Amino acid sequence: MDGGHLNVIWYLLVGVLFTGYAILDGFDLGVGGLHLLARKDHDRRVFLNAIGPVWDGNQVWLVTGGGALFAAFPEVYATAFSGFYTGFILLLFMLIFRGVSIHVRSLRAGKLWRQAWDGAFWGSSVLASFIIGVVMGNIAWGVPIAEDFSYRGSLLAQLHPYPLLMGGAVVALFLMHGAIYLVLKTDGDLNTQVRRWVRPTIVGFVVMYGLITAATLLFVPRLVNPFWVHPWLVVVPVANILAIANIPREMHKGREMAAFLSSAAAIALLLGVLGIGMFPEMIHGNGTPGTSLTAFNAASSQQTLATMLALAGVGMPLVLGYTFNIYRVFRGKVKIDSMSY
Amino acid sequence: MDIVLLSRLQFAITIGFHYLYPPLSIGLGLILVLMEGLYLKTRNPLYLQMTRFWVRIFGLVFAFGVGTGIVMEFEFGTNWARYSRYVGDIFGGPLAAEGIFAFFLESGFLAILLFGWDKVGPRMHFFSTLMVALGAHFSAVWIIVANSWMQTPTAYRIVETANGQRAEITSFWDAVLNPSTIDRLTHTIMGCWQAGALFVVSVGAFYLLRDKHHDFGKASIRIALAVAMVASLGQLLTGHGSAVTIARHQPAKLAAFEGIYQTGADADMTVLGWVDEEAQTVHGIRVPGMLSYLVGGSRETVIKGLDDFPADERPPVQTTFQLYHLMVAIGMTLIAITWGGGLLAWRGVLFRSRPLLWVMVLSVLLPQIANQVGWAASEIGRQPWIVYGLMRTRDAVSEVLSPGQVIFSLILFTVIYLALFVVFFVLLDHKIRKGPLDEDLAAPPEVT
Repeated sequence: MDGGHLNVIWYLLVGVLFTGYAILDGFDLGVGGLHLLARKDHDRRVFLNAIGPVWDGNQVWLVTGGGALFAAFPEVYATAFSGFYTGFILLLFMLIFRGVSIHVRSLRAGKLWRQAWDGAFWGSSVLASFIIGVVMGNIAWGVPIAEDFSYRGSLLAQLHPYPLLMGGAVVALFLMHGAIYLVLKTDGDLNTQVRRWVRPTIVGFVVMYGLITAATLLFVPRLVNPFWVHPWLVVVPVANILAIANIPREMHKGREMAAFLSSAAAIALLLGVLGIGMFPEMIHGNGTPGTSLTAFNAASSQQTLATMLALAGVGMPLVLGYTFNIYRVFRGKVKIDSMSY
Repeated sequence: MDIVLLSRLQFAITIGFHYLYPPLSIGLGLILVLMEGLYLKTRNPLYLQMTRFWVRIFGLVFAFGVGTGIVMEFEFGTNWARYSRYVGDIFGGPLAAEGIFAFFLESGFLAILLFGWDKVGPRMHFFSTLMVALGAHFSAVWIIVANSWMQTPTAYRIVETANGQRAEITSFWDAVLNPSTIDRLTHTIMGCWQAGALFVVSVGAFYLLRDKHHDFGKASIRIALAVAMVASLGQLLTGHGSAVTIARHQPAKLAAFEGIYQTGADADMTVLGWVDEEAQTVHGIRVPGMLSYLVGGSRETVIKGLDDFPADERPPVQTTFQLYHLMVAIGMTLIAITWGGGLLAWRGVLFRSRPLLWVMVLSVLLPQIANQVGWAASEIGRQPWIVYGLMRTRDAVSEVLSPGQVIFSLILFTVIYLALFVVFFVLLDHKIRKGPLDEDLAAPPEVT
């Protein structure tokens, strides 16, 4: 393959890995965000064990996405992580806290111990989702990039309204996604209670979705351009809206699994819209034209892209195969036993 | 303060703390496979109880390892952006491969290992244990591949790109199998096995000293000590292989390891010593000509001294020398402890002797210290290079960091990691004191 096909494929593959992360860790970050709404200790344990067997594997999508970004687009990896240094360091702390709090929360019976870790689990889940959104918002909006591809802005500049709004939208999205997941994993009174959270989280997400879409149309027309140039691409945002609209429909019909899959599809399509809007840029450079990092000027050599594609081609089908089967093993409602968190 | 120094300090703290856990997961992974394998073979409930107890400990170790490990995946970008740009074409691949082939496998099947006892059959559970252990080992493979390339870079060319020069790969498999990969991988794995095995031995001996869980303690010690005996000898052999490779490919590092200043034949090996960097000599107990003999099979073998390298291409000698010698000393001690312990366990003396059991309890610290100082010697001995002979550490940091940012993250990492360590220790202590559970002796219901 030549002429940059590999660059396009890797743009897609890195997108797929981060989409996998958003769909999978999205629901367990969302469960974290809803954690404190459960008042009883037993209910909180059910929440933790709803994600217990899978959250760790879900997080691997982020790690592998990061590794793939490093391998395929080292310039993007370097610019993003050094440029958003403080944000990423905080994200890392949130992920550490989150993992540890899930694991240790139920190991001791003390009330204070459990409340402290419950708080840590909730706070780290919400803040991690928010930071992910803020970083996405900055990448979409654009940041000042120097000739050497390094980020040349201040930390404060990363906190302007558009990224903050994106941060809020991601939190809202994950809360909705997590609430639907909890409907699948709970039964009895807790299920009735969780079911009542779905509607407000859908409303919350739709509002944030509307706001971020309006802000994008008004202030970042660049992201809309590809849809004018290639009108057929409009099927993606249309499918996205349909997927979102389908969530309350399926919930209403009592098909919770379909609602959850619809929510997952909405996330994938949302990132698809962003990916189309950005293509081929991966970090937009504001200011001097031509400073954007793209799938072409920020990529590894053709040889590395080809080798990595072969490795991913061998490895990822296996990953998908056993991940699917492990999810199958743990399907159904949560039961607390002696090995539970 | 200088961001190079701050970033190095932060990397050292984050990797040092992280590296307390992976050796335990790798070593425990192997021991879990042995324990559960024995259970499937004999159906002796004791082995099931042991497996379940150590699986719980494994879960705890794994959680801390993963949490602190994600930091490592991104720290090349946050603090070492110029390095990432320069060698990402080569160095990024192994990290991505680690995610695809190791992390997914390990974390996926860990779910079944921890929570799947009643959901899958015993064979499927054993298979999951095997996959988790394999994943842990694969992770070591790809990380050692990446790090070994930094030690002995091969299969690359320097290319002019839109953003200046960078190193590009010429052959993936040649870069993977660079001259130091195999020696360093086997040497590291042996260190991990010892860390895991002596952890198990230590807890077993602790129970015997407290006069409880006798069968559990003895069986744990027997299995783990056997692993430790193999690994401690393996450590010696692979260490020798590593030293020979270093002599050939990183002579400045070997010279620093042994404090050799003058190039020449009949180079001495120092058992214990102090480097006088002013006078360029080493005071201590030496074995004449031993270094030459070990590296080349004869005292005639010429060993390159630090005088062959310009002053700005030499690693810090005293630090490298002392860390290396501490590692070797511990390695030798571990051979004595594991083989002595194994012999005494076989003769039945070990389990009755309180002083010997105390040696076993404390032995858990030794591989951990050796793993830490061994890595430090390897990395400090590579200085001033981040990629040996190709890129200097001072040229590798991110372009845009301010000292304030790095001081902020450095302080946060230090404080949080110290707190995490306390939490880990409290929880581990709690689990160990609670001991193996009687209910764990009962076989799970058969799943069809």
